[in-house]
Amino acid sequence: MSSHTMLLVGTRKGCFVLESNGDRADWRIRGPYCDGWPVYHAVYDNDTGTIFAAAASEWHGHGVWRSHDLGETWELSSEGLNYGESEELKLSKVSGLSVAHGRVRAGTEACGIFESRDGGATWSLLSTLDGQPARDIWNDPANQPPGHLGMPAILPHPSEPDHFWAIVQGIGIFETTDNGASWTPRNRGLRADWPREHDEVGFCVHKLVMSPTDNSRFFQQNHVGMHRSDDGGLSWTEITEGLPTDFGFAAAVHPHDRDSFYVIPLDGGHGRFTPDGKVAVWRTSDAGSTWRRLDQGLPQRDAYVGVLREGMAIDDHDTPGLYFGTSTGQLFASRDEGESWDEIASYLPGIWSVEVATVAA
Amino acid sequence: MAEVHLPPTLPSLFDDLPRTVEVDGATVAEAIDGLEQRWPGMFDRLCQPGPELRPHINVYVDRERAGLQTQIGPGSRVDVIAAISGG
Repeated sequence: MSSHTMLLVGTRKGCFVLESNGDRADWRIRGPYCDGWPVYHAVYDNDTGTIFAAAASEWHGHGVWRSHDLGETWELSSEGLNYGESEELKLSKVSGLSVAHGRVRAGTEACGIFESRDGGATWSLLSTLDGQPARDIWNDPANQPPGHLGMPAILPHPSEPDHFWAIVQGIGIFETTDNGASWTPRNRGLRADWPREHDEVGFCVHKLVMSPTDNSRFFQQNHVGMHRSDDGGLSWTEITEGLPTDFGFAAAVHPHDRDSFYVIPLDGGHGRFTPDGKVAVWRTSDAGSTWRRLDQGLPQRDAYVGVLREGMAIDDHDTPGLYFGTSTGQLFASRDEGESWDEIASYLPGIWSVEVATVAA
Repeated sequence: MAEVHLPPTLPSLFDDLPRTVEVDGATVAEAIDGLEQRWPGMFDRLCQPGPELRPHINVYVDRERAGLQTQIGPGSRVDVIAAISGG
């Protein structure tokens, strides 16, 4: 059966779909979809062939769009995606999506997880992580960083439906094995360069990925440093040495090699763009002992671009392709595991997310 | 029966939603409930929990700024305006 590679690109002005045949050399762009609503994260469900896109319109609120025909037509739902009459929690944004085992999960601001078991038509609140350390002050405006405290990412276990990990901004990683009924913080060994009131939380995890070939091997890009876990997140070891900065958002893990991991280090100050105006992806092939700079084909002067949390993706071809989008609307692709790069779109709206899927033709 | 004028950002979200709709209701809230009955999901696009109008949605009844509890008379004109914002 033939197949093509599809990129889902969430932007400030809608969702775009890029498609290429097997060689991933030429790309066709479709969109913008989702009525031009800001799309924070768009994902593809391989089991049903459905695209889901998390969005929030300044005028008309938040919701999750879905398309059953690869983007040609879309429906929007926010049914059940709210905190009702809660005084403490107001839902302002659906930040991140995950889809696995017939369940679509949405991480939101204010911090909570919603789940849909009918393909995104209706939603119900799964958990707000009540009872976790310092949970009672997470939503106190006096304790928040600028903006809202949110739940930007959910990482499902590939074979256990009730088992997943969630990131709470500025707080850390939490694991559940009973679909959100109970939680355990998983931040042991992480670095924090600021005072914390609780031993188990207060860490700023930006991106968490799991090796498809070894489900106990995790990597994360943190606000301070890159980190690796060899025990399913029970403990973490910093692997920043050799990288130009310890800051960044995006990360990707090699689909066939448990020791290979990609990051895009950024300036950690106010700019949060590529250091020295030079764009580069960095790869470790030995689980973080050494790092190598990959920049062939990427801008090497006057390029001050940012790449956000969901801004990088990797496909599952034998020789994997990497893709990343910038907050200024450029989209880069590599067909050779990051060794060389092409700019495949130059003038998209600011990019918040990039996901890739192999779709049967 | 009031005549409700909707912003251009809404019709693309609902099947067969025109820009101008005639709706029964004694208040703005009841008019929005009437829209919700015919186009499920409309309430969420115009209101947030409270319920209250979304911050960037303004409603005028007979050209006067209105809230959800504002009375609507027979033959009233209700304008739903998406705020001039964004970029």
